[in-house]
Amino acid sequence: MITAKPATAHTSTLRLAGSLAVAGLLSGLILVWAYLATAPRIEQNHREALAAAVTRVLPGTVRIEPTLTSTDDGQVVFAGRDAAGNLVGYAIPADGPGYMDRVSLLFGYDPARQRIIGMEVLDSRETPGLGDRIATDPHFRANFTELAVDPRIVPVKRGDKTAAHEVDCITGATISSEAVVAILNRGLQRWRAEIDATISTGGSP
Amino acid sequence: MATGDRRYARVEFSKGLWRENPVFVAVLGLCPSMAVTNTLTNALVMGGATAFVLIGSSLLVSLLRRVVPRPVRISIYIIVIATYVTVVDFLLAAYMPVAHKQLGAFISLIVVNCLILGRQEAFASRQPVGLALADAAGMGGGFALALCMIGAIREILGMGSLLGVPLLGDNFEPWAIMVLPPGGVLTLAGLLVLFAWVRQRN
Repeated sequence: MITAKPATAHTSTLRLAGSLAVAGLLSGLILVWAYLATAPRIEQNHREALAAAVTRVLPGTVRIEPTLTSTDDGQVVFAGRDAAGNLVGYAIPADGPGYMDRVSLLFGYDPARQRIIGMEVLDSRETPGLGDRIATDPHFRANFTELAVDPRIVPVKRGDKTAAHEVDCITGATISSEAVVAILNRGLQRWRAEIDATISTGGSP
Repeated sequence: MATGDRRYARVEFSKGLWRENPVFVAVLGLCPSMAVTNTLTNALVMGGATAFVLIGSSLLVSLLRRVVPRPVRISIYIIVIATYVTVVDFLLAAYMPVAHKQLGAFISLIVVNCLILGRQEAFASRQPVGLALADAAGMGGGFALALCMIGAIREILGMGSLLGVPLLGDNFEPWAIMVLPPGGVLTLAGLLVLFAWVRQRN
């Protein structure tokens, strides 16, 4: 059954290089075609995922508009408006170190009441079953539907939450929970002044 | 295809599913078998993607078996495999974004799955197209089947669900270890024992 050519002692170098070049060229052409064929769809998936996340962290939003863009890393803050055109709040992206790898979040901030009104984990590699509950645990997520941000957000042991600016951590996932709080504090620190400035100048929002 | 060839094809197909199962018997491709089998969905997508790459590569390598110069054959196989993998990566990102995000880098790592390169060198590069396809379909199917078995066991015990559907009710405390890396090793060890025992009894 073996039909492969026996190894010849002298296959010319040119032939070897030629075969590799042809293989590489054909492969490249196929990849360019596949990339061009799928790129618009992939781009659209990213946009839809982001829009869905913005709608979740700003409940009641029907219209999303990019408002502020960071000059150093291109991150964008979105304003969400309800059906009547009133400002629901701002969706702010933020990331920072978690337990395993960087955690990136999107959170909704209502500047009128100075509260966080929603939080979504966009990307994380936290431990499955433990740390990854920052994205799914209903009790933990409930912290972020009405969270005061002053003087700053403070993580506490589960069940110890008494003040509006405290966050009940997840038992067994303290580091991941505290990472979320640290990321939120940093995100607020970074964007709050700019957001307040946008509002007081009566700018686009 | 003559009758004899058809019988060969059937043998080459079925050996991958059971007698020479890539995971449980040949113990190949363990990285994805451990890394992305914490749920049945992930195992299905990974198994499907790997089988697709294996079948496609075997087809091409078998067709080109008289053209490819021997000294550079491995490089050419890798180019063929990497091309298929990248196309699969794009397709998953475009049409199954959730699964694509879950599997992350492990899609690209299909390139270095020793099962795929191994079948090219050991089989597809020496056999006619029909047999190469039968072999690839059997091995790819056997690999996907093995991943799904591991994935189903880990998801049921580790999350109390199957394909994301809750199965065991609220009183079941999920065994978190089963969805963590040690759970993969434990499950594989259990299945290897089971396969070895069944083979010995036969």
